[in-house]
Amino acid sequence: MNAEIRPVKTAAEIGLADLFAAVRKDLPGGSSIEAIRSDAFDRFAAQGLPNSRVEAWKYTDLRRLVRDAKPLASRPDAAAKTAASGAGAVFAGLDVRRLLIVDGAFVPELSDLAALEAGVAIRATVEALGTEEMVLPFGMAGADPVAALNTALAGDGVVITVAADVVVERPIHLVFVTTGAAPAAMFTRSRLELGNGASLTLVETHEGPDQSDYQVNAALQMDVGDKASLDHIKITSEGAAALHVTTLEASIGAGANYREFGFTTGGAVVRNQLFLRLAGEGTITSVHQASLLSGRQHADITLTVDHAAAGSQSREVFKAVVDDEARAVFQGRITVHPGAQQTDARMMARALLLSDEAVANCKPELEIFADDVQCGHGTTTGALDDQLKFYLMARGIPEKEAEALLIQAFVGEVIDAVAREDLRDALSRTMHDWLKGRE
Amino acid sequence: MTALLDIRGLKAEIDGRQILNGLDLTVNKGEIHAIMGPNGAGKSTLSYVLSGKPGYEITGGEVFFNGEDLLAMDPDERAAKGLFLAFQYPLEIPGVATLTFLRTALNAQRKKRGEDELSSPDVLKRVRELAKQLSIDPEMLKRPLNVGFSGGEKKRNETLQMALLEPKLCVLDETDSGLDIDALRIVADGVNRLRATDRGMIVITHYQRLLDYIVPDVVHVLSAGRIVKTGGKELALELEATGYAQYQSEAA
Ligand SMILES: Nc1ncnc2c1ncn2[C@@H]1O[C@H](COP(=O)(O)OP(=O)(O)OP(=O)(O)O)[C@@H](O)[C@H]1O
Ligand SMILES: [Mg+2]
Repeated sequence: MNAEIRPVKTAAEIGLADLFAAVRKDLPGGSSIEAIRSDAFDRFAAQGLPNSRVEAWKYTDLRRLVRDAKPLASRPDAAAKTAASGAGAVFAGLDVRRLLIVDGAFVPELSDLAALEAGVAIRATVEALGTEEMVLPFGMAGADPVAALNTALAGDGVVITVAADVVVERPIHLVFVTTGAAPAAMFTRSRLELGNGASLTLVETHEGPDQSDYQVNAALQMDVGDKASLDHIKITSEGAAALHVTTLEASIGAGANYREFGFTTGGAVVRNQLFLRLAGEGTITSVHQASLLSGRQHADITLTVDHAAAGSQSREVFKAVVDDEARAVFQGRITVHPGAQQTDARMMARALLLSDEAVANCKPELEIFADDVQCGHGTTTGALDDQLKFYLMARGIPEKEAEALLIQAFVGEVIDAVAREDLRDALSRTMHDWLKGRE
Repeated sequence: MTALLDIRGLKAEIDGRQILNGLDLTVNKGEIHAIMGPNGAGKSTLSYVLSGKPGYEITGGEVFFNGEDLLAMDPDERAAKGLFLAFQYPLEIPGVATLTFLRTALNAQRKKRGEDELSSPDVLKRVRELAKQLSIDPEMLKRPLNVGFSGGEKKRNETLQMALLEPKLCVLDETDSGLDIDALRIVADGVNRLRATDRGMIVITHYQRLLDYIVPDVVHVLSAGRIVKTGGKELALELEATGYAQYQSEAA
């Protein structure tokens, strides 16, 4: 941080300070946790909400976009639980273990905790904090003001541990849902510890009502053991007026196989920040992201990949379909640390603009401190190809359907990266729904 | 009887340049018309204007397709009414599987005509049969449309689409170019199978050879955006010998 003098605090910043002062004593965790929270809040307060002069937030000026601080959501009552029970419908009919986080609180009675696989443990974050477990501190995400705010205010979430060599066949689905018409703020923190040689598919969905301008600040830390295999899929389809900020921090062990997939269709302002550290040698990582945006939506994917050890491979593919006056942002930085020889990293960002007012900002970067590496990146931005569209129409396919086919083809590459067929089909359905909404 | 296709005094421009200069052409059901002519004469332009490619400005004339105003229709509507253009340069569409494309096209046309849509297995069955007739490897149907297909494979794929969609008027723009001798016969056989009393064809070609297989009823010379000469199938042989020099000077 440079020593610039911060401008006057905004209403939202003042509101957040008041909020923290008011609730800090009631937040879960004893004195050691409280110390971590105050420290984190101080770090946030020193920086304030990030504005466009902060490099990592260049295109998403939260200082401007966040007007006010919302009160913390109250723990879900019976009505909220009823409203939440049908959430996560994208994966309805699939054999997944549903865990519901309603208005920021883990709700065991709505969750499927029966017949847990041997070696799998699932707890509420509030429970872990109650025993002073150090689930809050961040690694590389720690310097980020929004992540710091999450540490300060995180109330609940889910802590999942999978013991070494346990292969979990049934995917775990974290269903995050916001209910209620009164706008509130939700700060959740979740954690996954995947043991050496273990294997898991973790799915996350985020949704809420269109009428409320609620605010979500969710964070997930993942510790992926050596030779483990993890598929993580996150679908962000928040309500039309929602602010959604998530921080994903992952550390990947030697020889592990990690596939990250993100799909963003909903929310007024979305920021998904991913901090990935390929800590061990010889990891294979892929990150695929698709954003389908319309209206005046703004979605920012900011990705940091640290190749910290030798011989790891990473592939980052970002695709955005942007309609109306929406804006898609992709910032990706791959850092190859000294000693991370034989790194093979490739990043590609492509945006498809469906209207003249649609905007895409793509900024891929490479920082290389090792000499024996293969790295590359590229970006393309363009409209639908009129020639291709004509070819389809000349075969009798109506214009909207022709466009839909071309858009599907564009996004398809990203969806194809999802290993499980049932999840892939569910994602294709989500894409079709989005395309139907255009007609 | 109404003509299948009736073009009267058609004039068209692209990017401010006039390409079609008052073109007249009438095709009746059951007829095969060959159009020959020098490079740049406007043959592909005619095929694009007929199929409704954007970017062309019609500055004069009329086109009737089965008595209906063709130029007022969108490209997909023209296709559903039975117009088919086999492209001189078929396009590659990454990410769209050939079979998906074929099914979508067929069912879109059927839907527009008020016919029942066909199930995926039904479409697959038809497509496989046609693929076999045209010596197309069925594995190719799973690949993205035309992506990585050889020049000849693309042309065969165009013929497959035409056979599947069973159009009323087939416009073949140099379907023979890029085909080896065996493929030429296979494609020509495919086209000949489509010959029918209620179907017309316009075959654009530079070579007499194709017309040995697909024997035309009428041969036209298109030069500088107009039909400048019309004759029987012997005209093609004559052109082979004399070239276009006399027609180009006439047109100028
Ligand atoms: N966008 C454009 N702007 C200006 N001129 C164009 C444009 N597109 C095509 N033309 C011109 O139109 C003329 C007719 O082209 P067309 O493709 O119809 O010829 P053709 O008869 O099919 O030739 P070939 O036998 O080589 O296939 C050519 O001179 C070409 O350069
Ligand atoms: Mg041509």
